[in-house]
Amino acid sequence: MSKTTPPQSVVIIGNGISGITLARHLRKKSAIPIRIISEETPYFFSRTALMYVFMGHMRFEDTQPYENDFWKKNNIQLIHKRITRVDTQKKLLLTQDATEISYDTLVIACGSKPNRFGWPGQDLKAVQGLYHKQDLEQLEKWSSSIKEATIVGGGLIGVELAEMLHSRGKKVHFLVREKSFWDHILPKEESEMINQHILAHGIDLQLNTELHSIEGDERDRAKTIVTKKGDRIPSQWVGLTVGVSPNIDFIKNSGLELGRGVKVNCYLETNLKDIYAIGDCAEQTQPLPQRRSIEAVWYTGRMMGETLAQTLLENKTPYTPGHWFNSAKFFDIEYQTYGMVSAHPDAEEEAQFFWKPKKANVSLRFSYHPVSEKLLGVLALGTRIRHHVFDRWLEEERTLNYVLTHFSEAAFDPEFYPNFKPKRNAI
Amino acid sequence: MTFLSLKKTSLIIGLTGLLLLLSALGFEYSNPELFLSSSLILIAAGSLFYFASLYGNQLSGIKNNQVWFHALSSRGDWGWLLGLVLTGFYVAIYWFPEVLGYSQEGSSGLVQLFDPLSYLLNGKPATQWFLYGSLYTFAILLFGVKFIWKYRHNRYQIIRTLSVMFFQFGFAFMIPELLSKLNPELDYFAKDLKNMWPLNYYFLDEWHLTNLLNGGNLGMFFLIFGLALIFVISPILTYFYGKRWYCSWVCGCGALAETAGDPFRQLSSKKISVWKFERWMIHAVLVFVFITTIATVWSFLSAHPNQSFMTKEQFIIGVVVFLILIMATLFYWKRNGFDKDARYGLLSIGIIIIAILSVHLFSGKDHILFFPSYKFQQWYGFGIGAAFSGVLGVGFYPILGSRVWCRFGCPMAALLGMQQRLLSRFRITTNGGQCISCGNCSTYCEMGIDVRAYAQRGENIVRSSCVGCGVCSAVCPRGVLKLENDTMENRITDVPYPLGNKL
Repeated sequence: MSKTTPPQSVVIIGNGISGITLARHLRKKSAIPIRIISEETPYFFSRTALMYVFMGHMRFEDTQPYENDFWKKNNIQLIHKRITRVDTQKKLLLTQDATEISYDTLVIACGSKPNRFGWPGQDLKAVQGLYHKQDLEQLEKWSSSIKEATIVGGGLIGVELAEMLHSRGKKVHFLVREKSFWDHILPKEESEMINQHILAHGIDLQLNTELHSIEGDERDRAKTIVTKKGDRIPSQWVGLTVGVSPNIDFIKNSGLELGRGVKVNCYLETNLKDIYAIGDCAEQTQPLPQRRSIEAVWYTGRMMGETLAQTLLENKTPYTPGHWFNSAKFFDIEYQTYGMVSAHPDAEEEAQFFWKPKKANVSLRFSYHPVSEKLLGVLALGTRIRHHVFDRWLEEERTLNYVLTHFSEAAFDPEFYPNFKPKRNAI
Repeated sequence: MTFLSLKKTSLIIGLTGLLLLLSALGFEYSNPELFLSSSLILIAAGSLFYFASLYGNQLSGIKNNQVWFHALSSRGDWGWLLGLVLTGFYVAIYWFPEVLGYSQEGSSGLVQLFDPLSYLLNGKPATQWFLYGSLYTFAILLFGVKFIWKYRHNRYQIIRTLSVMFFQFGFAFMIPELLSKLNPELDYFAKDLKNMWPLNYYFLDEWHLTNLLNGGNLGMFFLIFGLALIFVISPILTYFYGKRWYCSWVCGCGALAETAGDPFRQLSSKKISVWKFERWMIHAVLVFVFITTIATVWSFLSAHPNQSFMTKEQFIIGVVVFLILIMATLFYWKRNGFDKDARYGLLSIGIIIIAILSVHLFSGKDHILFFPSYKFQQWYGFGIGAAFSGVLGVGFYPILGSRVWCRFGCPMAALLGMQQRLLSRFRITTNGGQCISCGNCSTYCEMGIDVRAYAQRGENIVRSSCVGCGVCSAVCPRGVLKLENDTMENRITDVPYPLGNKL
């Protein structure tokens, strides 16, 4: 770490978790002017909670973690505008209404946009992804006239959309290209458990199935989808959830070095001085070992915000996330993981121990080094486990046997839940 | 002929029962046994079928779909209507019981309909309070079944709900009624063992103390057990388990809120301004009940010097010394890291001490300060006991959420809360860095705690108002929250970053 001079002011493009975390941590320790520009919403909200708004669990305002006057109280200026161009020479941002915003230090935290792969009919009405608040509004607009819907792409947003539409009583067809749900992340048994759970909810899960094209009606609204197998499925709405990519069209030709995202080094610096990128849109030129160059996850976005705040304030700090962790929920089954558990492990590097109690929809998988038996990671379905404990065990390089004998320390299910005691059969 | 859905059929059955019950307001039934039992059975059957239509054919899991779309649970027209009806019912119970048919010379109408049950249980004709107690217990049992069905995947919720159902049915309803039947000669005193002071604000009132003291062994047992509950049992249980042992496992107000009130829990406000109001309000009520009680014991001691084992001077000195000791302990314990709750607690105790001393100095035989001594009890009984806990507390379920009374008004909650914040092993643990700020926890917190504000910073939740219902933990989609009792050390976490970043 080395000392840096704090900037005169900071402009952040994007009010998602990365940009907001950066702003909060900057404000905690300094009084420099902070401006946050967002086209999407006037105030920060939790993107991961959009599904609950559609399902009626929460109102949109309930997804906003801070009250509206929080920003004024903390002297953080919010600008609800769209940036169309970045002039890195003059240090100017151009907005859609042709005003100019000058910056001293610029942070790009503009997130992602849903992928589209050039399917015939993908630009029809009622064909969309789910990422922005506007996507949710679109879906809400179509909802009352949807009887059957098709979701294309077996990832986290796909299964969320399935749950959302199902909650409103729609018939949901769920096309998954792979032979099992999310099987590049989930090992075989877990993936199969989720397949069965999705089916149990009455979703028409179609594995090994790809979209061929979407056909519209006379008003250019989606009407039928055609799979590559040639099946035709009536769908008044089509969700395309085949991943996301950085939302960086507006900075093309600005002089910033771009790959799939905005290229950054380990300090989250771009190729241009005083410009940084964090969150979903940042692409590490040299990704950390075992990590992807773009990590479009809530937690990594937050950590990049925390890290860059350090750099901008006083200490130049590289982005060094700790042990990997993630979580999700597939309908009623919760998923938590710490460390690395591969879906298709390399036998020389990683051995695994899978354990499942008789009770349905609970499982644990521990991955460990085949020779030293040191813990590499854990993956839990249907049971909660402690982040602190597993982070410590990974840090201390505990063996699988140690982890199994001490497992009760890591249990995080509510009181009176069964105490799971995963045991290895003698080898 | 078209088939009716299970939902519609169940509504028709339940409403028939309800109408039958309400028709007693206008008609005189010759055989109330038949009408009472058939209407209650119809209501119960209709409700159970209705719950079956909600949860029967679904997989177990969180059942909050469409909560904010239904008019009843989102302050829509049905919500306001229900609020109006409930409020009206409470106004009638407290101030116009004759509307329900109550009369000292022999009731008619709805009250009379409950005569058979009342004779069976306590050997006397029904009063409006018996009617109220019966319906209250009935509601807790019925909606308790609903809550258990809704949360059938969650053992904490199942066991907790069985507990509130048990304590309401056994301790609040059956035991007091049967004890009254077995001891018909005794004047009335509260026989609900768990209903302790200061929730039961009249426990130390002159008339109640007199009835307890004249109540033979039974009265003495209730007096001693009541005092032990306040001074010994409750502090110990609160230390080990937090105030949830009472508020969401035992208490009758909590029982109704957790069962019948569950559909309205999301209506509590999470605004910081409301939290500020809450802290002033609830501590003000606590101070009020303290002063009222001290004053009433003081006037009891003035009036009956022979019946008591201490003089009023000894009593005043004893109370002041006791409070100063608590204050000093508090101050010593928490001298580093004095937060707002502790300051509110100290402030409350300080005001109470000053008030007690002024009571002693400026009061006479039948006046406390400048008012006749019975006035304090009267004001408290009207303002807090009836208007706040009943009319506002339950009547406004569909408008302000299910825990309005517990959050803003209950002096018991304030007292237990102070201890929970300062001296308890209970907390809600936040699971490292797993929070995604979605807001389900805060939305479904009936006490209006912004749980997310702590969870997203990776901090544990240690709040005096938390009643430990466990719903935040249940609705969390990422397995972030766990209610637990552990050591006092590291209970309150203040971390610069949530776990996960190597900074």
